Amino acid sequence: MTQSGVDVPPKGGFSFDLCKRNDMLIQKGLKAPSFLKTGTTIVGLIFKDGVILGADTRATEGPIVADKNCEKIHYMAPNIYCCGAGTAADTEAVTDMVSSQLRLHRYQTGRDSRVITALTLLKKHLFSYQGHVSAALVLGGVDITGPHLHTIYPHGSTDTLPFATMGSGSLAAMSVFEAKYKEGLTRDEGIKLVAEAICSGIFNDLGSGSNVDICVITKGHKEYLRNYMEPNPRTYVSSKGYSFTKKTEVLRTKITPLMERVEITEVGEAMEE
Amino acid sequence: MLLILWGVLIQFTIPIDNGDALKNAEADSQRTLYPYVTGTSIVAIKYKDGVLMASDMGGSYGSTLRYKNIERVKAIGKHSLLGASGEISDFQEILRYLDELVLNDNMWDDGNSLGPKEVHNYLTRVMYNRRNKFNPLWNTLVLGGVKNGEIYLGMVSMIGVSFEDNHVATGFGNHLARPILRDEWRADLSFEDGVKLLEKCMRVLLYRDRSAINKLQIAKITEEGVTVSQPYSLKTFWEFQAFHNPTAGAQGSW
Repeated sequence: MTQSGVDVPPKGGFSFDLCKRNDMLIQKGLKAPSFLKTGTTIVGLIFKDGVILGADTRATEGPIVADKNCEKIHYMAPNIYCCGAGTAADTEAVTDMVSSQLRLHRYQTGRDSRVITALTLLKKHLFSYQGHVSAALVLGGVDITGPHLHTIYPHGSTDTLPFATMGSGSLAAMSVFEAKYKEGLTRDEGIKLVAEAICSGIFNDLGSGSNVDICVITKGHKEYLRNYMEPNPRTYVSSKGYSFTKKTEVLRTKITPLMERVEITEVGEAMEE
Repeated sequence: MLLILWGVLIQFTIPIDNGDALKNAEADSQRTLYPYVTGTSIVAIKYKDGVLMASDMGGSYGSTLRYKNIERVKAIGKHSLLGASGEISDFQEILRYLDELVLNDNMWDDGNSLGPKEVHNYLTRVMYNRRNKFNPLWNTLVLGGVKNGEIYLGMVSMIGVSFEDNHVATGFGNHLARPILRDEWRADLSFEDGVKLLEKCMRVLLYRDRSAINKLQIAKITEEGVTVSQPYSLKTFWEFQAFHNPTAGAQGSW
């Protein structure tokens, strides 16, 4: 490290200063904390009038299911939604951040947000972090130029596709899409196909599970169908419910009103302007 | 063992087969560390009259599609069909072992012949034993057959994991074909429906597996015997409008 007399302001971007220290600690035997990953199936589909996004609802922490019913379809703009796979914190943070940037942009321009705006903002951010922000996204929406569907990879590359899948269950979902997708799907056919693809991920991939969330975006209108399908209900629920048989015995009752013991005195001047 | 001949040092290495392949450095060159020429997935299903097995005819050398005429599905004896994915040379070795097995069985000349269950068991033992010596046969094998009206379909992997099921898939087929088979397989599939189902799976594999080629064979085994089809190719569809000019509405994206 060179000793410089002038204080250099920190440059933007990722600071790699602590990487050497982390490597040294791992060599000494420290186990790095594991991330809450969403091991996921997320899909997107363009149909006749717009875009349909689908996602499962399981969040995993290694081999444990941390959240049985989390929300993976994030709001970006009234006409744009984004599904996220990868590290849950990364997808939440990145979509929230770009969502607020889009809102500010809407105030400034006075127009509805476009999908490629969201795409470029996300892509720029992810690329500058060189893949360390582990967020794989399926971005879909309908703007003035029509319906759009994009996938964004953690390193910052993007694809523009008529149908897309991401996450650990992406192969299972893609096999359904490749076998059954056709052009000019109606709304109901599209929803059915998306639900089928997510179910394929839920039942054939261990990182995905629980329920199916669907979001349908058309020109000027969006429908967020939370828990559209629940193919994994709790099988054995006791019909009796819970009840505690023995009631606690009351031995003595003593009520002390507190208000009489408190004296409120006005002291000091009013706050200075 | 060194031999000094006219001042020139010639070193002979005697292959040491003490089974300790892991620690012995010389034996390192004698055990399989990586596969070289590999075959991709095999997809097989039980249907009404027997077993249908589909595979493509490609052998990849790393990322090159080197061989395009490899038959990865072979008949074993009278009652079984063996398909293999993974290292092709190890598959050929397995065929040699099975040849010997079937020959010995025929020499007994007792009117009995090896059925698919027996061949599957033999293969499981061979694969597991080789794995224990850290010198595996780098294959995932699919064994199907019919004997005395009983339809059998099973699978053995390179580490010796073996099981039987109504439909199996190896390699990429695990991820792409299994979801389709789990959804659409039925016990009473006719021959045409079975072929259609297999073709559906092979088409998805053709689109999404980089080592797949569009030249496949479908083999059928029933009580009557084995038939392996001639190689043929699947119709693919690349004309989705949205793929023609995907970024037309999103200038600046690629």
